[in-house]
Amino acid sequence: MSTPVAITGIGLVTPGGIGAAASWEAVLRGESTATPDPVLEGMDVDFSCRIPDFDANALLGRRARKLDRFVQLALVAAREAIGDADLDHETWDGPRVGVVLGCGMGGAPTWEEQHSVLMERGPNRVSPHLIPRMIPNMAAGHIAMDFGAHGPNLATATACASGATAIGYALDLLRVGRCDIVIAGGTEAGITPLSIAGFNNMTALSTRREDPTAASRPFDVGRDGFVAAEAAGVLVLERVADADARGVRTYAKLAGYGASADGHHVTAPDPQGAGGEMAVRAALADAGLEPGDIDHVNAHGTSTPLNDVSEARMISRVLGDRPAVTSTKGVTGHALGGAGAIEAAFSALTLHHQVIPPTANLDSQDPEIEIDVVSKAPRETKVEAVISDSFGFGGQNAVLAFTA
Amino acid sequence: MSVYTKIVALLDDKFGIAADEVTETTTFEELDLDSLDLVEFSMAAEDELGVKIEDEEAAELKTVGDAVKLLESKGASV
Repeated sequence: MSTPVAITGIGLVTPGGIGAAASWEAVLRGESTATPDPVLEGMDVDFSCRIPDFDANALLGRRARKLDRFVQLALVAAREAIGDADLDHETWDGPRVGVVLGCGMGGAPTWEEQHSVLMERGPNRVSPHLIPRMIPNMAAGHIAMDFGAHGPNLATATACASGATAIGYALDLLRVGRCDIVIAGGTEAGITPLSIAGFNNMTALSTRREDPTAASRPFDVGRDGFVAAEAAGVLVLERVADADARGVRTYAKLAGYGASADGHHVTAPDPQGAGGEMAVRAALADAGLEPGDIDHVNAHGTSTPLNDVSEARMISRVLGDRPAVTSTKGVTGHALGGAGAIEAAFSALTLHHQVIPPTANLDSQDPEIEIDVVSKAPRETKVEAVISDSFGFGGQNAVLAFTA
Repeated sequence: MSVYTKIVALLDDKFGIAADEVTETTTFEELDLDSLDLVEFSMAAEDELGVKIEDEEAAELKTVGDAVKLLESKGASV
């Protein structure tokens, strides 16, 4: 068991809204945010979960055009989180502030736009901003530039677990004393025709185009795939003693991190969730928790036929039938490299508010899924320990454990 | 229309810089345009005015007036 760290700031930009408050209210309402997406018009999958009314120029000024959307989202979320933690970046000890921002794909929209320029207008018209807009470490890089965070600065890439991996790595940076504050999270804005075509042709996506709001339905017997989303989630993490010394409000403690690799298949999870189990057990051990301590699981719960059943079996086997499980992806869709981070934030907010959000669209639970899934309405209950699962293509798993 | 007014229009179109922010003596630095932006500016100027600005020349540009003079010296006309 190692030292926990405090979550003292939260920033969210999600399909539920801009800001942690709007996003949290949206997941508590339990209604899907999926809508028809003009960018995908004419495609077999023509809907997604977009952030409503995200005006990059209004939020970030003229330089927004030089930033891919995944960086724009991360900067807005980071600004909120740092302010929320009551930190002043003008006076903090910059070299002691690290930034770890996960991202699964980097600047996919920039790649596609500039590839079209290359094809149509030739190499001499490709933007000089292509590379700095596209590279996936640029969200972390821009946070350093904006806020004078001069400590370790990097991106993590574990596909759909990237945001959780970033937060886990941040925990290590704080425990070993390499940083005093870490700005950690994940971001993704990769809803483009090319990526959606790729996801759809691997049969990962819901094709429920006649009713997009019913498409993301984790653990429901009628689920048929995930709904792509864009989002950024950023946490401010610091050692508990430092947070206590500042007298700042703490949402929850990040108590443990477990990571593993399935070593099984490029995209399919191990059918019994063996890789996920290893990560859960590692996170519990790291946090000094027993399986019976866990009150709530914020599941990976993508709404794909394969993930949800293998994850549910794993939860039953490792944690028994006690934990109340939810997948906030029913509301938000699947934000890929941002998912683990926004779900870490929702886990912290669950502990802070002592209420578990419902899983949207759970009308008829899959009979093969024998876990207690929270549905229809938020559940107010005593919550002392939570785990959040994140599993990435490539079989890369990251599980975070939180305590009150 | 002069080369100057063409450049003012280009700055608005490509960089979102309003015309009333720009004079001949305004520096690119004041407009938050960095070296990469100047490469992009050169591409746009070549498209709009048919005159190529070399990378070394772009690196020397300090003010909007410098760009006007350079383009005019290369025979740009509108």
